[in-house]
Amino acid sequence: MTETPALAKEGPSGVLVYTTGLFLAVILTATSFWVANTTLLWAPGVALGLAVLAIAQMGVHLVFFLHITTAPDNTNNVLALAFGVLIVFLVVAGSLWIMGDLSSMMPAGAAMRMPMHH
Amino acid sequence: MNIAVDTRAIELLDVRPEAPARASEAGPAPKRIVVGYGFWIFLLSDIVMFAALFAAYAVLVHSTAGGPGGPQLFSQASVAIETACLLASSYTCGLMLLAANSRRRGAFYLAAVVTLVLGAAFLALEIREFAGMIARGATPQTSAFLSAFFTLVGCHGLHVTIGLLWLVVMMAQVAVKSFRASVMRRLLCFSLFWHALDIIWVALFTVVYLMGVVP
Repeated sequence: MTETPALAKEGPSGVLVYTTGLFLAVILTATSFWVANTTLLWAPGVALGLAVLAIAQMGVHLVFFLHITTAPDNTNNVLALAFGVLIVFLVVAGSLWIMGDLSSMMPAGAAMRMPMHH
Repeated sequence: MNIAVDTRAIELLDVRPEAPARASEAGPAPKRIVVGYGFWIFLLSDIVMFAALFAAYAVLVHSTAGGPGGPQLFSQASVAIETACLLASSYTCGLMLLAANSRRRGAFYLAAVVTLVLGAAFLALEIREFAGMIARGATPQTSAFLSAFFTLVGCHGLHVTIGLLWLVVMMAQVAVKSFRASVMRRLLCFSLFWHALDIIWVALFTVVYLMGVVP
């Protein structure tokens, strides 16, 4: 059994980190489900609110569960994450933009003449 | 003779850069850090693949071809239970890693089994949901929306299945090989994988299930 000091240094504080993360994630998830079902909120803003809550929860997971921090030994992980987020944004936003443009420029009825089995 | 050696030593010192000590000057990173970084890059590539599936779903979400749409198919109660299962299993996975770090065997097996049971409960609920939809005629062939839905959610479910198999393998490895360095690195990778699946599920339940039922 090889001792790895870097691994052994985490003690009870580790449990505290995970429990904090769980607590925050539960609050954010519960808020998401409430926001989607309530009639109290301004309806057009609900989708945006859900997106903000989801991004906040992903941040909580990254920091408290995956331990992506700003520590010097974590620079590479953060840079890789930044690149990944850029690609995800380009793929999702680009697809929605292009396909939205395509369907709005398609003449009325053209979609009907282009069925799936073409 | 001694003086000559001393000046050479001083010259060698002068060649070193003036900048404060960086991580790179501490020598090569430990293998645990390198392995974690490599696996993190794999996870990001997996997330990029999911981004493509999310984009396909978002584009096709209204292409129901006269078939059922999201509000008719999705049960929020079932999704809430699935979310709770996966979140709790992510937490116990963290506790499992902590137990392994401090070499507490009993706590490790307990946390691993709880993680396994919660993950299996998530998967069982998802399969039941899929079976219910198919029984009502909402198959992947029905519409582009349902094709995209089954691809996206099914791909996540497939990842969870692989994660559960991996967890069983890791429990066997700890039983046979104990907490040696290679096993600890694999446990670290497994925990990263499991937490990343939970991050994807957050995006999934928000985009598919919650935004899907909002008018």
